[in-house]
Amino acid sequence: MSKVTSIMMVGVGGQGSILASKLMGAVLMKNGYDVKLSEVHGMSQRGGSVQTYVRYGKEVSAPVIDPGEADFLLCFEALEAARYLPYLKEGGTVITAQTRIDPMPVITGAMDYPADILQKLENSGVKVISADALAKAEAAGSAKAVNVVMLGLLAKQLDLPESDWLEAIDEIVPERFREMNKKAFLNS
Amino acid sequence: MKELLLGNEAVARGLYEAGAAVVSSYPGTPSTEITQYASGYDEIYCEWASNEKVGLEVAIGAAVAGKRAFSGMKHVGLNVAADPLYTVSYTGINAGLVVAVADDPGMHSSQNEQDSRNHAKGAKVPMLEPADSGDCLEFTKLAFDLSERFDTPVMIRLTTRVSHGRSIAVTGGRTEREAVPYKRNIAKYVMMPINARPRHPIAEERTQKLIEYAETAQINKIELNSTEIGVISSGVAYTYAKEALGKKASYLKLGMVFPLPEKLILDFASKVKTLYVIEELDDFIETHCRKLGVEVKGKDIFPLTGEYSQNMIREKILGEKLPFKALEEALPARPPVMCAGCTHRGVFYALSKLDVFVSGDIGCYTLGAAPPLGAMDTCICMGASISGAHGAAKAVGKIGGKLPVAVIGDSTFMHTGINSLINAAYNGGKFVTLILDNLTTGMTGGQHHPSTGYNIMGKPAHAVDYELLCRAIGITDVKIIDPYDLPATIDAITAAVNGDESCVIIFRRSCVLQKTAVRGPALTVDEEKCTGCKMCLKIGCPATSMKKSTSGASGQKMAIDRNQCVGCGQCVTLCRAGALGARNAQE
Repeated sequence: MSKVTSIMMVGVGGQGSILASKLMGAVLMKNGYDVKLSEVHGMSQRGGSVQTYVRYGKEVSAPVIDPGEADFLLCFEALEAARYLPYLKEGGTVITAQTRIDPMPVITGAMDYPADILQKLENSGVKVISADALAKAEAAGSAKAVNVVMLGLLAKQLDLPESDWLEAIDEIVPERFREMNKKAFLNS
Repeated sequence: MKELLLGNEAVARGLYEAGAAVVSSYPGTPSTEITQYASGYDEIYCEWASNEKVGLEVAIGAAVAGKRAFSGMKHVGLNVAADPLYTVSYTGINAGLVVAVADDPGMHSSQNEQDSRNHAKGAKVPMLEPADSGDCLEFTKLAFDLSERFDTPVMIRLTTRVSHGRSIAVTGGRTEREAVPYKRNIAKYVMMPINARPRHPIAEERTQKLIEYAETAQINKIELNSTEIGVISSGVAYTYAKEALGKKASYLKLGMVFPLPEKLILDFASKVKTLYVIEELDDFIETHCRKLGVEVKGKDIFPLTGEYSQNMIREKILGEKLPFKALEEALPARPPVMCAGCTHRGVFYALSKLDVFVSGDIGCYTLGAAPPLGAMDTCICMGASISGAHGAAKAVGKIGGKLPVAVIGDSTFMHTGINSLINAAYNGGKFVTLILDNLTTGMTGGQHHPSTGYNIMGKPAHAVDYELLCRAIGITDVKIIDPYDLPATIDAITAAVNGDESCVIIFRRSCVLQKTAVRGPALTVDEEKCTGCKMCLKIGCPATSMKKSTSGASGQKMAIDRNQCVGCGQCVTLCRAGALGARNAQE
């Protein structure tokens, strides 16, 4: 099969993975790729660990990504980056927000939130790109724009024109949030 | 035009293009978006039905009257709709009738992972299975054509990865259809025994004709590559096989999974050396192959449970494993939780304190079974909370000295809980029913239902009055409580479970994710007062945690995540030190 690029987006249910996936899909369509995405819909995963798979190339068959297959692991929360590290392929890149959101076992005191996650990821020998996405999103106007800040970081690693991303935001994001999201994307 | 569509969106587009006129469905993950997207087309009448049986019956009525009709549901919803399905198979249709059922291998959002292909076989109804969004659109249109050509309802089987996968589909225009003239035909449509007996053989003959169709149907496709390995597959499992094996295998992709072809399978089997059947869940295709005398490898190496993937197929067939890295330490799990500001939280806090028998139901509130609340004993299916509590009370009366409790959401109550409550009132059941009325179908993303006061288009509709309804069926003790008022919530439930008579308590407040929800600013913590006792954490809110003091005070202090907290104030009641800022939510 021809070369397929696999991007796995992970985060906490409610962080806006569906918008990120729609924007990615639109940009890839503009560039003539075959695209397959797999998303999590409904509220049942709210607050839980969620995964979105994005795969593109000349021809794509499966809509999901398995351990050892992802070229990029795009993480909206740091613990989720650690959780899904096994999905990264050899030579792949982790792009993660430094954001910490405590899961219930940490809130109830049953477990501790792991310390120094980014350092541990780097020590494991993978390339790690990280940013204080929450601060950048808030600077753009909303804490909810962490997803788009992270897309901005990913976009720098992909060979897709910036204008296509901004156009996709125009097409998909409701008008009153458009400028804020563009700012978040460019702020990254 | 080439468009990137969600699988469910592509089914809706297929409904539009096929000229469907009536859609009636009950929401259920992963099927919900079909009907949501369909409601965006002015040409299609769409409605949320009170349950799947009702939805399918509405569609049957529309198809008999002469317009193309559709009903969509999740796999367990098809159990509810199985009654009309098995008989409309005998009557056949007038205009096309299509039923989509979305299975959930891996149980992303379901209480079981039953395989709906068994219902197709049981009901003797043909079933198509798309593998991606392109198939979804094409197969939906084809399903209507087959329905009319063979005088049968036609099912489309989806799975989570197809329903919630986005891929490219080619969209076109709508073909408007005049109503097929209706003529009374008692022998065909009135299924009393004398008419049903001759209709059964007609359904069996139809299956034989459909097998003939399946032998040459374009949706059953052979792709010849290496003949060392042959794969028979369908749906998303086919895409995994293709990903894993590429040109190392030849494929028979079955677009129609009931009835299955015979000659086509024998022909394919004769061309390949080792034949695998790759299908998620049951050994449906495999059993058919064995019946034909074809030797296949299937469930002897692949599981009957969960989802498949390309890695699984690579490993089982090629013996290849991809390398990967993992951190050594154990990471805390992140299970789904009730949202910050969830209106269900206080009710489950009260139930956990009271240690009563809780008969649960299907909805976001099933999360009340998870730590730290852990206040649930059973959850079986839609509506079972009330009938289950009734059964428990009839069997043993009080449990631990308290009346059993049924907990059910508003949409689930409208779905089937209402029948259970009528039964309990009629039979003198003595237990407590809590209706968690958050004014929406929360778990599937917020759909209207018969007691929200709005229809699928968001237009005003009659809202069922629960108090009147309860009184009409014979329950006179009915209270309404604001679930954000934790002391009132605890008092009402305590009094009810310690009483001796049946009662209904309605906890009414809009789901915090809905536009109608009132959200206040985040609460504040007075670190001077906070003693770090952690009482506030017992309510299990994701916006709360213990962190190192930000003001230099010693020890851990309660911290509020200002991006999550909506100021509902349910935790304020638990703070004995008075450290939490007063509730800011407006009434």
